[in-house]
Amino acid sequence: MPLWLELVIRIGGVLAAFLVLPLLVGQAEHKVMAHMQGRLGPMYAGGFHGWAQLIADGVKFVQKEDVTPRAADRPVFRLAPAVALVPYLLALLVIPLGPNDLVGQPLDIGLFFVLAVVGVGVLAVLMSAWASANKYSLLGGLRGAAQLLGYELPLVLAAASVAMAAGTLSLSGIVEAWQPWWLLWQAPAMVIFFVAGLAEIRRPPFDMPVADSELVFGYLTEYTGLRFAFLLLAEYVGIVVIAALTTVLFLGGWQGPFADAQLGWLWTLLKVAAVSFVIIWLRVSYPRLRADQLQRLCWLVLVPAALAQLVLTAAVRLAM
Amino acid sequence: MTGVDVLLLALGAVAVGSAVLVVSTRHLVRAGLYLVVCLGAVAGMYLVLAAELVAWVQVLIYVGAVVVLLLFAVMLTRAPIGASDDLDRPGWPAALIGGGVGLGLAALLVDAYRWTTVSLPEAGNAERIGEQVFSSWVLPFEVLSVLLLSALVGAVVLSRPDIGATADRGRSR
Repeated sequence: MPLWLELVIRIGGVLAAFLVLPLLVGQAEHKVMAHMQGRLGPMYAGGFHGWAQLIADGVKFVQKEDVTPRAADRPVFRLAPAVALVPYLLALLVIPLGPNDLVGQPLDIGLFFVLAVVGVGVLAVLMSAWASANKYSLLGGLRGAAQLLGYELPLVLAAASVAMAAGTLSLSGIVEAWQPWWLLWQAPAMVIFFVAGLAEIRRPPFDMPVADSELVFGYLTEYTGLRFAFLLLAEYVGIVVIAALTTVLFLGGWQGPFADAQLGWLWTLLKVAAVSFVIIWLRVSYPRLRADQLQRLCWLVLVPAALAQLVLTAAVRLAM
Repeated sequence: MTGVDVLLLALGAVAVGSAVLVVSTRHLVRAGLYLVVCLGAVAGMYLVLAAELVAWVQVLIYVGAVVVLLLFAVMLTRAPIGASDDLDRPGWPAALIGGGVGLGLAALLVDAYRWTTVSLPEAGNAERIGEQVFSSWVLPFEVLSVLLLSALVGAVVLSRPDIGATADRGRSR
């Protein structure tokens, strides 16, 4: 296969995942939330159980007027949705789907790369919050920045623990080194990573930056039309990225009960779907955390636990 | 001139240009955003020089944390949209010092190396950097970590009147 063809196929695959998986997660969210709360949810668009609701939403967003508030800082305001979306696209590029380089772009320091680009997403929150020239937006942005800065630390520490266990920073390498008993050994790190990841993508119960009952819609308040849709899309891609990272780092990625070499991609996708389901489940189950509870959870529970996990990982590694 | 040279020069131009914008713009928050561009361009230069890990550390620490903290602080205190005309800063001493130091350093480097070519060592991957940091550079590494720790402890003491800062000093303005 010539190089350019391979490149096109790889990038096309990542783009397809980038466009399809968030929609699937969104649709699943509609249905799961409806069932868990004993209500119907969107049922009419498209006929069978409202499967076309997201497409209808998309068409609606495209038709809406693209409003930029007069007092806003125009270029920054208009750039923010792109800054929110691109980091997740780049992150998807290096997450392995299966063995034998079934990945957008194999990278030796994939873990570091993912953490670095996901961290850039905070900028989008601050940009959209400030440039909107709206006090609710600014409040939401400040809450968001405080939350994201705090939770980045346990996220990185938990990821460092599993990188230490595997002895590599390559995401494929981590999956190859993974063994089922790591589920126990790395369990605290998995919980910490998952919770911090939830906070990083500002999903409930960590949705204080967009708290719709207090701040209208936080830093998203002034956005309309396609730009709003992009910011929402960023949230759902975020779910996919965090679920995929949890899968790859802690749940063994493409390692399944049988036929890893042929069906690896299926095991990965199934695990990603399961973790995404849990993310939706948590949204339905838990009330929003207050600002002080949020910081307390981060600095008094997650960070010390992550440090303890690092010590445990190091001890087991040395003993082995 | 190879493609790598062109890329390096272009990234350098972006870095210097956005750095000039950081200090010359009258929009407070935009200055922080230009800083992001500048630091990103520097990370790109590391990438071109095959120092992958350093490049992504640059993005993770500087773009993802330091600049965000800076923007956060600016927005928490005073961040008007649009130009702040009351910024009191005569530009020419800074231009003189900055330009002078830049030109001086450039002249020094040009004079020191002339046309000497330096063959690049093999790519700076995580493994080699780890080995270097924890073997020959372990003392500076540890000293730096002690410095950061003391800064951290100092910040805690200063911000908490109940253990360090006296109450009236905490309230003085």
